Amino acid sequence: MKDNSRRGFMGKAFGAVAGVGAVASLYAMKKSWDPLPSVKAAGFTTLDMSNYEEDVMITEKWRGKPIFVLKKSAKVMKKEEGNPEAEARNIKVGNDNYMIAIGLCTHLGCIPAFRKEEGNFLCACHGGMFDASGLAIKSPPPRGFDIPPFKIDGNKLVLGEVGPEYQAMKDNGVTL
Amino acid sequence: MANFTKATGIKDWLDQRLAIDKVEKVMMSEYWIPKNINFLWAMGMVLVITFALLVVSGIFLLMYYVPTVDEAFNSVNYTIMREVDFGWLWRHVHGVAASVVFLIIYIHMFTGIYYGSYKKGREMIWISGMLLFVAFSAEAFSGYMLPWGQMSYWAGMVITNLFAGGSLHADGLVEWIRGDYVPAQAFLGRFFMLHVLLIPLAIMGLIGLHFGALRIPHVNNQEGEEIDFDKEAKKYLDGDKAGSKVMRFANDFMSKDMMVVGVYLVFFFYLVFYNYGFAMDPVNFDPADGLKTPAHIYPEWYFLWSYEILRPFGIDLGLILFAFAQVIFVLLPFLDRSPNAVPANRRGLFAIWFWVMLVNMIVLTAMGKLPPEDPFSTIGFVSAVLFVAQWLALPIITSYEKKV
Repeated sequence: MKDNSRRGFMGKAFGAVAGVGAVASLYAMKKSWDPLPSVKAAGFTTLDMSNYEEDVMITEKWRGKPIFVLKKSAKVMKKEEGNPEAEARNIKVGNDNYMIAIGLCTHLGCIPAFRKEEGNFLCACHGGMFDASGLAIKSPPPRGFDIPPFKIDGNKLVLGEVGPEYQAMKDNGVTL
Repeated sequence: MANFTKATGIKDWLDQRLAIDKVEKVMMSEYWIPKNINFLWAMGMVLVITFALLVVSGIFLLMYYVPTVDEAFNSVNYTIMREVDFGWLWRHVHGVAASVVFLIIYIHMFTGIYYGSYKKGREMIWISGMLLFVAFSAEAFSGYMLPWGQMSYWAGMVITNLFAGGSLHADGLVEWIRGDYVPAQAFLGRFFMLHVLLIPLAIMGLIGLHFGALRIPHVNNQEGEEIDFDKEAKKYLDGDKAGSKVMRFANDFMSKDMMVVGVYLVFFFYLVFYNYGFAMDPVNFDPADGLKTPAHIYPEWYFLWSYEILRPFGIDLGLILFAFAQVIFVLLPFLDRSPNAVPANRRGLFAIWFWVMLVNMIVLTAMGKLPPEDPFSTIGFVSAVLFVAQWLALPIITSYEKKV
């Protein structure tokens, strides 16, 4: 019995040491898979908004992701009128109106193509569609394009920084 | 201390130290295989040989492949294909074997389902086999990333996005898996590691478990007959080879096994030399571009059936059904409530279940390849619903099955 209790103690002692070691190494392993600080730091892009032309869809790049920038013409704005969901997504810089969004389908992340004639986006992967204001108009995408964090600075727009306009959109559930 | 004597030869010297006689008996000459089997019982050996081809060709590819986003594409498409002597051979063997191995796995699986080889003590063979299927799927996916072409990049984007869990929006988890906001260097580096080290290790371990799981219940036979292996082995060893229901694994069974392997290898190398195109997607010969999605994204043929179960539904239901399709085969031994471990053709309704399942998975595969337009998306939708319905019906139809 005496031997047994000694073995029992040794077993428990080893178990405790091994348990601490296992948890500690899992923590280290998890942290080693995290995005590197350099990856996280390279997360800001500044756009000069005076460069865009009406109804021409331009793709910018932010954190390796495509950012759709569409300066809306009066015609597009007229179409959006009376649609509160579309109006809530509108980004106004100076006197111009823009659709600015992460250009990835909210289904599984393919890049939808802009169709100039129809004035909407079609995703080739699973057939999802978005209108010119970025709202999903055909499933499977569960919601409109996500809007990247932005801050309006005069005629410039900084992607990656949270400005009051973006915060308001987030608070109102316009974007995730 | 064991008693060592002066050896009479190399064989005896080794036998005293490693018991090679005993090992040979246990693994080969006295490992008993039923006689009442057919060529479908050779698929296990065909898979072993295909895996060996993958390892050997992989070793040669590994010597020249560079796992960086700037050089990966060229190291495959220029260095290996144009500069390395016979580099094309290793690449085509590796690509063709990666595709064909799934064809053989599916044949092996459906053979097991047809003959009831997952029942009556053979459950662990089935479960370890399905774990191997998962490991091979992960190996195929991680390998597909490495040439860093357009299909590599976009398949990586789409598949890692699955981990966001639809409406759960676990974007942090997706970024953690990738090590970046999008597939980039960190992503390529870790999938390279998984492909050449961690997953192959897991596969080798699982193959050991799969073989080990066979030892006690032994291999099934064409009639699902319960054989007393000890009795039949004794009969064989006592000289009644014709009357015994079993034969030696080596050389008796192996010689027939290798005959099938020979036929298979002729077919395999015909593909490698003359028809490798099916394993090399043309879109993947464009370098990865994070700002341009290819017009059509579809997985390799062996993932199409489960992809088609994901596709027709909204994101959350699609993901749930996709996950269902991924795990449900593992549970087969427990969902099949019938005590009969006999071929499907003698099991009434189960025979219909089996053939409908087989044909439906081929239909799902075909629809997964076609663009998501009518009538294909409707057929795919009906097939996906049928797939789920069949699995839900399985416990019911098998519990009403009569004992044969």
